[in-house]
Amino acid sequence: MEPLGWADITFRLLIRFTPVWISLIAVFALSIRFRRRLGLYGRLFGSPIGMVGFGVVMFWALTAIHAGLFHLIATHDPLTQIPGMKNSPPGTPVADARTSGAYAYFLLGGDNLARDVFSRMVVGSGIVMLIAPLATVFAFMVGITLGLPAGYHGGRLDAGLSFIANLILAFPVILLFYLLVTPEIVQTGLPSYMAAILFVFPLVFVAVLVNARLRIQPGKRNRVMAATMTPLILLYLVAVSQKDTALSFLPARLDPFDIPAGILVVFVSVVFVNAPTVFRIVRGLTLDIRTRDYVAAAQTRGEGAWYIMLWEILPNARGPLIVDFCLRIGYTTILLGTLGFFGLGLPPESPDWGSTINSGRKLLSIYPHSALPPAFALLSLVLGLNLLADGLREESLKD
Amino acid sequence: MATFILRRTGTMILTALCLTFIVFFLTNLYPNLEKLAKTQGNFRMSDEEVASWLGNRGFLQPMPVKYGQWLGILPGYVIRGTDGVLRGKCFGRHMAREDAPRFCGVLQGDWGYSLRFKDEVRAIVGVRLGLTGWLMLMVMAVMVPGALVMGVLAGMREGSRLDRTLSTVSIVTTATPEYVSGVIFIAVFASSAVGLKWFKGTATAAMNDMTFQNFALPVLTISLYGMGYIARMTRASMAEVMTAQYIRTARLKGVGFAGIVMKHALRNALIAPFTVIMLQFPWLLNGVVITETLFNYKGFGWALVEAAGNNDIELLLGISVVSVIVVLSTQLISDIGYVLLNPRIRVS
Repeated sequence: MEPLGWADITFRLLIRFTPVWISLIAVFALSIRFRRRLGLYGRLFGSPIGMVGFGVVMFWALTAIHAGLFHLIATHDPLTQIPGMKNSPPGTPVADARTSGAYAYFLLGGDNLARDVFSRMVVGSGIVMLIAPLATVFAFMVGITLGLPAGYHGGRLDAGLSFIANLILAFPVILLFYLLVTPEIVQTGLPSYMAAILFVFPLVFVAVLVNARLRIQPGKRNRVMAATMTPLILLYLVAVSQKDTALSFLPARLDPFDIPAGILVVFVSVVFVNAPTVFRIVRGLTLDIRTRDYVAAAQTRGEGAWYIMLWEILPNARGPLIVDFCLRIGYTTILLGTLGFFGLGLPPESPDWGSTINSGRKLLSIYPHSALPPAFALLSLVLGLNLLADGLREESLKD
Repeated sequence: MATFILRRTGTMILTALCLTFIVFFLTNLYPNLEKLAKTQGNFRMSDEEVASWLGNRGFLQPMPVKYGQWLGILPGYVIRGTDGVLRGKCFGRHMAREDAPRFCGVLQGDWGYSLRFKDEVRAIVGVRLGLTGWLMLMVMAVMVPGALVMGVLAGMREGSRLDRTLSTVSIVTTATPEYVSGVIFIAVFASSAVGLKWFKGTATAAMNDMTFQNFALPVLTISLYGMGYIARMTRASMAEVMTAQYIRTARLKGVGFAGIVMKHALRNALIAPFTVIMLQFPWLLNGVVITETLFNYKGFGWALVEAAGNNDIELLLGISVVSVIVVLSTQLISDIGYVLLNPRIRVS
């Protein structure tokens, strides 16, 4: 068979993404149809920048979903090596594809271990789109739970927490990664302990949230509390308890899943690096908002401190926080890529973008095709998130 | 002002102590020491042998004591080992026991010995910092003027086509981390596959003989990522200044547009970017590590990766001390500079 030309490759790539195009069109059609009823999200579709950004982000999110859950889009298995395809240029036909039933071409070529670059990029989007938003959510939970009281109460609590936050921020990120992610440190169980501490924050956040709202109706509060906290605590225990590590307290029968060690370490260090910045933003916003009249009104009504923080201040700080959330997912994506680039944490065969860029860069001046697709994928995702944040900022400033 | 600087310096020293202790603690955890013992002694040592090897060399003292000795505020250990040899922190390597000082830590200028490079840590850090200094200098020379010009041009007429173009460019550069832009640059400008071959894909030669051809790509790679951010800050600040009353007054008095921008707006618009530029230093440090690894330029960042990858504890500690000092002092300078530049800020 003949190798494909660039026109053919582009056409076939577009075809491969068909499920993404269909769902993307559906999302846009529905959102634009109901945009008047969707609040800030709906207004996003009034700004061209925001729409472009949202489209790019949704493209990768949908790719991750289709490739990860339904095994669509990717043409080959990301780990299978096919003999004869080592460093093959884009569009190379796969030998005896007809007999084995595999896809007939390596659309974007093969890497230095004869794996399909395109499939690795597509499957890698799953890892990135899973870890980056989730780690950002956790960083926000930590930052909000600590930043609100620091800004609201001030004083010694604020001084202490701010000092710790500045301490972490003064650390060069890469040094921190090298210190946290090396196998020797993982062996001591430090990441597991950090996970145990960091994962508590969402629980505390939800518990305080419920308690602050329903404090005056103890019966209802207890019911709601039990309903929300039981699954969360179970999830926490299952997530924290890992086989063969320092923290392994649940018997195997009660521990249905283990987070792969590499992913846990990467996750924890990314949350750890992001949380102080979120803390500073939330603290700053709280300092500003607590002088408003509606806070004074709530204080006069005799509301508790946590009620004021979570139900008066936090909702009014949501604009800047949502914008920062988008930017921070992009930043977390960059951090994940950095970790992969230095070969830290995730196993070397992992198809995430940072690791693939790292493995492709060694032969970059001869075979650039294996490092470029993940590089452009990462670039487009972060760019999309930045544009989305810009659009959101523009729209949220309009009220 | 004086009390402000004093207080800031005090906090800074406290922060530096905490940070170095954290690094010290993490690098001196037992698995790291065990690996050190096995690579320095031999790989087939039993657990007891490892313990006695470490004990003989003072590694098993309590963590705060070790930290104090490393820092130079506690006297260095002198231990008669289980093998009968007398070892001390301050003698053995290059000094006889008789003339060895009692204290030998970072404060006394003894930074230890690098096992990876087989040399004094201080000498290595000095050489590598010098190499990185050149890189940083070039980056600053490209990044700061570039970003300021971009920001001022975009901000002086908000909403114009020039503004939108430049803003898009700066968003794209902030979305491109060094390891992406570096890879793209090498692939486009230095690979045999594209065939342009304008520049060199490695900067190893630039360590001795810096030329445009071998140094342009690393400098560009680092500057681009920071440039967009500074440009956006400058733009925002410039756009704000351009709506101020005194600009309107100047315009009504009949000052030309160029005159308004150069004489009235620029100075006030550059206060905010100054802080941002200073706070970019920690970021540059990150970028330097990535870029030096990618382009194989054997500077400070490259040494960090080598030290961390080879469990070279003392070199890693030395490098972290330097980077922590760099980060903290730029923060201090940025705070002081902000106060000096902006007379409206009163420091209590």
